[in-house]
Amino acid sequence: MTFPWLTFLGLIPILGALVLCLPLKGAARPVGWAFSLATLAAALGVAGLYLSGAELDVLNRWIPAFGAYWALGLDGMGLTMVLLTALLTPIVLLAEWKVSASNEGWTARAYFGLILALEGLSIFTFMADDVLLFYMMFEATLIPMYFLIGGFGGPKRREAALKFLLFNLVGGFIMLVSVIGLYVWSTRFGGTPSYLLADLAQQPFGGWLGRVLMLGFLVAFVIKAPMVPLHTWLPDAAESATPGSSVLMVGILDKLGTFAMIKFCLGIFPEASIWIAPVMIGLSLISIIYGAAAAIASTNLLRLISYTSISHFGFMVLGIYMFTSQSLTGSTFFMVNHGFSTAALFLAVGFLIKRRGSAGVGDFGGVEKVAPILAGSVLLAALSALSLPGMSTFVSEFLVLAGTWSREPWIAAVATLGMVLAAVYALLMYQRTMTGPVTDQTAAHITTDLTLVERSVLVPVIGAMLVLGFVPGPVISWLEPTAKAAMARVNLTDPAPVTLEGEK
Amino acid sequence: MNGFALLPAEIAAPTVEFRALAPVLLVLAAACLGILAEAVVPRAHRFLVQVVLLVSSTVVSFGFLIANWRKGIGGPIAMGSIMLDGPTYFIWGSLLVLGLISLLVFAERKLGGGASAFAASAASVPGSVAESEASAARLEHTEVFPLALFALGGMMLFPASSDLITMFIALEVFSLPLYLMSGMARRRRLLSQEAALKYFLLGALSSAFFLFGVALLYAYSGSFDLSAINAAVSGPIYGRGLMLTGMALLGIGLLFKVGVVPFHSWTPDVYMGAPTPVTGFMAICTKFAAVGATLRVFYVAFGGERWNWQPMLAVLAVATMLLGALLGLTQNDIKRTLAYSSIAHAGFILTAIVGANAGTPTGQLTSVGSAMFYLVAYGFATIGSFAIITLVRNAGGEVNSISGWSGLGRKSPWLAGAFAFFMLSFAGIPLTGGFIGKWAVFASAWRGQYAWLVLTAVLLSLVAAYFYLRIVVVMFFGDAAAGVEIGNASAFTLVPVAICVAGVAVLGVAPGPLLDLASTAGTFLR
Repeated sequence: MTFPWLTFLGLIPILGALVLCLPLKGAARPVGWAFSLATLAAALGVAGLYLSGAELDVLNRWIPAFGAYWALGLDGMGLTMVLLTALLTPIVLLAEWKVSASNEGWTARAYFGLILALEGLSIFTFMADDVLLFYMMFEATLIPMYFLIGGFGGPKRREAALKFLLFNLVGGFIMLVSVIGLYVWSTRFGGTPSYLLADLAQQPFGGWLGRVLMLGFLVAFVIKAPMVPLHTWLPDAAESATPGSSVLMVGILDKLGTFAMIKFCLGIFPEASIWIAPVMIGLSLISIIYGAAAAIASTNLLRLISYTSISHFGFMVLGIYMFTSQSLTGSTFFMVNHGFSTAALFLAVGFLIKRRGSAGVGDFGGVEKVAPILAGSVLLAALSALSLPGMSTFVSEFLVLAGTWSREPWIAAVATLGMVLAAVYALLMYQRTMTGPVTDQTAAHITTDLTLVERSVLVPVIGAMLVLGFVPGPVISWLEPTAKAAMARVNLTDPAPVTLEGEK
Repeated sequence: MNGFALLPAEIAAPTVEFRALAPVLLVLAAACLGILAEAVVPRAHRFLVQVVLLVSSTVVSFGFLIANWRKGIGGPIAMGSIMLDGPTYFIWGSLLVLGLISLLVFAERKLGGGASAFAASAASVPGSVAESEASAARLEHTEVFPLALFALGGMMLFPASSDLITMFIALEVFSLPLYLMSGMARRRRLLSQEAALKYFLLGALSSAFFLFGVALLYAYSGSFDLSAINAAVSGPIYGRGLMLTGMALLGIGLLFKVGVVPFHSWTPDVYMGAPTPVTGFMAICTKFAAVGATLRVFYVAFGGERWNWQPMLAVLAVATMLLGALLGLTQNDIKRTLAYSSIAHAGFILTAIVGANAGTPTGQLTSVGSAMFYLVAYGFATIGSFAIITLVRNAGGEVNSISGWSGLGRKSPWLAGAFAFFMLSFAGIPLTGGFIGKWAVFASAWRGQYAWLVLTAVLLSLVAAYFYLRIVVVMFFGDAAAGVEIGNASAFTLVPVAICVAGVAVLGVAPGPLLDLASTAGTFLR
């Protein structure tokens, strides 16, 4: 038997979290960070193996009575998400190095341990090829995230944490009904139960049965990748959590929703997914517009960023349910780019807020004159949020829109409105906080520009956005097979390109 | 040769398979020895003797159980009054393990200034001179150990009985010691005595229902034997009114012990009033035995009548989950909260019973197997939580109000973390044993065509999850309550807590082996 690289990869951060249970005193942070770097190294190793075509899949019997397998595997989408997770975690830990500011017994050791636990569980979720394994890891991520929000952050963090947990638990429990339903029906269809994605895809979950079961999954994913109207937990959570926690919450955890729509909803219920597509397209358009409008109206920087994310999640979901290989590739690529883009926004704005002690948009002004590098970082992050060409987000948003256009031009037109609004909120935010005369408040609080540590946090994130913006080819070539496979699952083909031909 | 031949020749001596029955007999024998020890061993040495008896008897008994099982001993034993089948083996094994863990907590004497959780002299009037004299003399009731062993023996016998008279005797054998122990709390003695009286009166009433049901069923089928009743049920239809009434009355007696609405009203008071170690013991072991007996009666005797009892039990399951979850939300006392939680869990288990899922030929999970697994997972979390409850104290003893638990996470992150872990297991969050248990019982219900019941149960477990989370929130995010400390406990409490944490974690991550065991053991013999 070959070495189970994928199991090993997920277990490194979990092991790190367990090690941090020991009373390490001052060594806790370096040890935790070392574990996150080790995970990154392992993830890069796994990526190398994957690209060299090595056999990585892990398949062991796990709970025979339930038909559940310890089944891990990667496709292009899974690989990019795992890499994103492994890359963002050490960055977040570095950014939150001095997190234990609260005096209530919540130590940096706890923060680092929870982040590592979250990382490990997320990596397993992205790799799970078995529905029950996926479900268990998907739900288990809620617990460390809950404590990350509730233990560290702003004054309203407890309420926000509880709201986060309750929203997601509701989704999770509804999904549980569908998960159990899959077991019941897979025994009826096949005799022996199996939760393997590959086995379930063979079974005829058509008609109303498939639709009802699919809805159970979809509700959970819609709450997770917050779509209007089930999004209200996100702005509250992001407002109260530390910026680092928000990066992982929005950049990684919420992606589980869109990720799982492609992998599980399309994978198991292709027919029902086509059936629900009009609703999902409608919801995603509403999310795009509403998220952008709410971002414009936000007076709190952290809420503003979370609303921009809701708008961007709308694009991702739109790309999925338009069912073209272009838009699907765009969605999966957007999932990566949005991870870097929000990370840059949350972290840069986080450094700003830490100096000022307030997140109100009106509490800043003229920062670019006092702290030019900080202001420049915020500008770059804002430009990526509005999908400026050259930024990686542009490529993915363009792919989504192009795919959408090829099927229904008017939908693409509505979605483009979201891009316009994005320019408004991003530039308005920059203008209000960074430009203009230096206000007294800014002069009093923002006395230093980015430190070396803060710069080394932002450089890889912004660098990744630019590199992927100018050279998107390699990553897109990993993602295209995922999109092609999803198209094959739903049994739809891309609309034929319309070309105008001259008279012969 | 002469008149002596007048004696009837054919009185066969009853045959008892001592080896097969050894697990139960050893526990009961140890209990008898314990009573003897109370009479002959000097007071100073009794504690040690009783603890040694407790541990050795349960361990040796477990050894016999495994040996018998590996040898394949089974079938009807003791003249057909006991059925040694898969569920019996599984329940005996679980009861011995869970019983031993929970009874270890009885032996804790380091908390509360070197005194046990039990009254120095249960016979003294609360607040009287006799009471303070007994306390001053540092008297203690080591009788609780033999009492608990009697109860454990009765609990083992109860779900294994294959005739209703044996079952009734087992019911009384395990109930009477529990009534007694419930009234023996050291603190808040009046509350404890009230709880014991309430438990006794209601328990006696339910026993009367049980007996009446037995009588009617005898009138209907002409036998106490479960398989004979089953034969009568599947035979020609006459006297159905008698049979249905008997079944309902018998069911009341059984469901009272399980704690199903509307026969639940004793649960909160008794859980709150009884000494906490006793609560932990009876919360899981009584429930385990009672669910086992309920399964046996309904599946073995009334399997052919399931169209009649399934809808009724489904309604009771919904009522039980609903009441447990909703009233649990309003409680301020941690033991009462867990009492309502136990009611809600009784409802979840009932969904599996309602499903009556016999599995498929390929050997999948049955209703019996999933209910038994659920109880094991629930048992670890329950014993662990009640053990931790004994540790949270102020100057006056245990602090049971939830507000007193505020900020516990800062005082003792490990214990609060363990308690939170048990709460997450109760709530059914993945990677805990509780999730796997919930999955199993719900899947059994659905396999039995009760999809609507699963949907209801999942929604109600969401409500229940909220009140477990409330405790977690108070512990980790509340301000530290003044004067509340974590008691400095001995290994008698800490080892059970550690075992329970490990048990819940292992059942959550690698439940495969135990689930396989539960599914292979998941069919009753008739």
